[in-house]
This record gives sequence, structure tokens and C-alpha cells, in this order.
Amino acid sequence: MSFEILTYSFMHRALISGIAIAILCSVVGLFLVLRRYSLFGDAIAHSSFGGIALGLLAGVYPLWTAYGVSIISALIITKIKDRYNISGDASIAVLLSSGIAAGLVIISFSGGFTIDIFSFLFGSILLVSVDDTILILALTGAILIVILLLYRQLLYSTFNEEQAKVSGIPVEKINYLIIFMAGITVVTSIQLVGVLLISALFVIPNVTAIMYGRGFKQTAILSMSFSVFSVVVGILISYIFDITPAGTIVLLSIGILGTTMGIKSAGLLSKN
Amino acid sequence: MLNAVEISHLTVKYPDIKALDDVSFVVKEGDFLGIIGPNGAGKSTLFDSMLGLNTKYDGTIKFFGQDIKKSKKYHKEIGYVPQNPVFEKNFPATVSDVVRMGLRTESDENKIDEILQQLWIHELRNRRIGELSGGQLQRVFIAKALVNNPKILILDEPVTGVDQQSIELFFSILKELNSKQKITIIWSSHDLDAVNKLANHVACLNRTLFFHGESEKFFSDDALVKQYSEASMQEHMHHH
Repeated sequence: MSFEILTYSFMHRALISGIAIAILCSVVGLFLVLRRYSLFGDAIAHSSFGGIALGLLAGVYPLWTAYGVSIISALIITKIKDRYNISGDASIAVLLSSGIAAGLVIISFSGGFTIDIFSFLFGSILLVSVDDTILILALTGAILIVILLLYRQLLYSTFNEEQAKVSGIPVEKINYLIIFMAGITVVTSIQLVGVLLISALFVIPNVTAIMYGRGFKQTAILSMSFSVFSVVVGILISYIFDITPAGTIVLLSIGILGTTMGIKSAGLLSKN
Repeated sequence: MLNAVEISHLTVKYPDIKALDDVSFVVKEGDFLGIIGPNGAGKSTLFDSMLGLNTKYDGTIKFFGQDIKKSKKYHKEIGYVPQNPVFEKNFPATVSDVVRMGLRTESDENKIDEILQQLWIHELRNRRIGELSGGQLQRVFIAKALVNNPKILILDEPVTGVDQQSIELFFSILKELNSKQKITIIWSSHDLDAVNKLANHVACLNRTLFFHGESEKFFSDDALVKQYSEASMQEHMHHH
């Protein structure tokens, strides 16, 4: 096999951005999965579709409008959910469909689907620019620092809100922070796997890692490793065989999940 | 002796009922108070108010002279053990992860080891919490409550669904915490015999406070004991 592909600068950018996004999604995703918010990433991604359409129509860089629309709609839906006591899954359904609906209406104003829309729906990691890569690295670094600084508060309020509150942790603020970080993470990751497959990066590596029955930090490290492996190998395989990176990455992580289930069924993992 | 807890004229109104009606009592530092009362007596409302989970009440709650509505510092004086700790069964946290959550300051592994040893769960420290029995889980949550060296320990009917051997161990741990470490304990329980053995004060709650005083006084009043043992028996049956 030729290692020539590793000398291309677009491949460097794709791999660096891909690894950063893989780490970011698995860490933020772990908190969402444990809060039974697995599909929240999906809902934010769909609402960002409305933001992307808005950006394309207005002639603004679509990811900027996507950041704005996703974060604002995620925070609004969380507020509505608490205020009117709507269940988590129903609020996700509302957010998901309203984003797509708004996106479709806006797109029809701008004269139908274009090539740009497809790259946001399915990802375009091989096309990331130097500026994109810098932005991805900066946002990943910033979110990881916030998570490290507030590690105990994030973990405790995810484990049990009531007890966290009794310990004096501002649980509502922490919840909004998680939603805010999820919004940024989703839009940042759209370039890797696109709107339609984003929740796979949030959920699959974490579900896999949880099966290994370890403590929180080890679970997070396992999840990041699975995620990085799928992204790096997925990007390389997709380039070599000229297939879509997004689909390849997600299928690889499903492969790791399946293998883990097999190992577990064979009794090679501790029970739980 | 300082007043560890001072509750004055605590009233909590829900739209249809008064959950608590003008409840006042004092818990001195070093006391071991058993709170008894039937289902719906307002024990949970009382605890929620004391723990800051319910802030819609009339009256005042003070810990060591500080009104909890005015000072947030009280959080660090209190350790709380919930009745049935709710968590995802496959939550990726080990026993030491859970105890560490309770720790307010920088991670202090020695302190965690010490508390796990004290509660006889040191050998479980790397086990996932979802794998533990009810009795082991109870001790993990006591460890989490104690890891900050609280002055007051609040326990909400914590022996539901725990085997007899673990209950005995749990009682001896509580007794030691109160007598040797001088931790003030407030404990809501169904088990009148256990309250008789452990607590030095008793509060009988049924929306209002029917009795509050030394346990000897309570247990020498046959009519009162009969009334409350029936009430707690009914509740006990209800729970099973």
C-alpha cells in the first residue's frame, strides 16, 4: 500500500480536524448519552440545517448561521421543555422537525437544492480549509478545557441532579452549559459526517465504551479511542476506495460496537 | 451545646393541602434524632426544605445559626443519604468515582481510601456501582455523604430494600459516627425498634409535630408508641 496519501496537505487537514472532532464528540456525547439525551445531537444537527439554509440564502458563511440557529433553538427548546413539562424525547422531535421544516422552506425560496447543501448533509471532511481546521482545533480545545475545569459538577449533575443540587452545584446552569457545548460540537462536526449522521459520533463510541464496565475516566478514554480509530481509518479507507467518508466512519464505529457485543456475549467482559 | 438545626414555624402549602403546618424544633449539636411518621406525613417535604430542594416555605430553617435562605455555606456542613438513590444502572462510575463526586475540594485519594475502609467497602472501590447489592450501595452513598467531613448527616429512610446483615452493619456505623465522631444525625425511619436503640431524640411528624423530645420519654409513653408503631407498620407493609 502506498503511503503517498499521507503526504497530501488536504489529507493532513482532514485527519487533524477529524481527530479533534472525534475526541470532542465522544466526550460531549458521553454526558448526553448518560442523561438519556442520545438523540439531542441529532435534533441540534437538524435544526442547524435551517441555519445552513439561512446562511446560503443570505450569502453568509453557512456554518456561522448554523452555530447561531442551533445554539439558540437548543436553549429555547430546553427552556420550553422545563417550563411546560414536555418529555425529553418529545422535545427532541419538536426541535428536529422544526429545523428541517424551516430549512426546506428557506431552500425553496433560494431556488432549490445546491451542491453546498449536499456537502452539509453528508459531510465534506476532505474539503476542510486551513481556517476551518484552526476553528475546529480552537473550539475543541476550548470545550475540553471547560469540561476539565467543571468535571466534578458535570459528572455529579449527570449522575444525579437532586444530590448534586443538595451539594450546592448549580444544576440548571450546568444543564444549559451542556446544551450549549452540544450545540457548538454538533455544528463543528457537520463538516466531518454531515447533518444526517452526526448523532452516530455522539452515541456509538460511548455505548460501546460503557459496555467495558470501567469507571468514568476509563470509559471516556475508551470512547475517544474508538472514535479516533473509526475516523482516521474511515477517512483513509474512503479515500483509497473512493467512497463516502461519513458513511465509512459510522459503519466502522458500528463494527466496533458489534465486535464489543460479540466479546461480551462470549463472556470475555465483566458482567454489567 | 450549639443548635445544629433550628426550624421555626415551618409551613409548606401545596394547592390542596398543607404538607407541613407550623413545625418548629431544635436539634442540638451531637444529637441523634429519629423522625417517624406515616406515609404522607411530610417527612420528605421537611427534608427537601432543609436540603434546599424546596424553597417555597414559610418560616425559617437555620443550620448553626445561619438562615439557609441567606447563606449558601450550609451545603458544606451537610451530608445527605437519599432513600433510593436513582441512577442509570449502567452508569460508568466505580465506587470511588461516586465517593469522589461528594468531595468538594481537590481530589484527595487518601481521604477516599480512609472513608471506604471505615465503611467496609474498600475492596469494592473499583467495582461499578450498578453491580452492588442494596446494602453495599447504601454504604457507598454514606461514604459519599461523609467524605467532606459534614457536621450533620441527614438520612432519608435508608434501610428500604436492604438485607438484615447490612442493616445491622449500617446501624453500628451510624452509632459510631454519632458517638465517636460527634456527627449530628437526623434520620427518618420506619423502624421504631431501631430508633429506640440508636436515637437519643424522637420527632413524630404528621403534617404537624406531635411529639419532639428525648427518646426515653417517647418510648415510655405507651399510647404514643402504639399509635406510631401502627402507623409505621402500615407504611412498612405499603412499601413491600
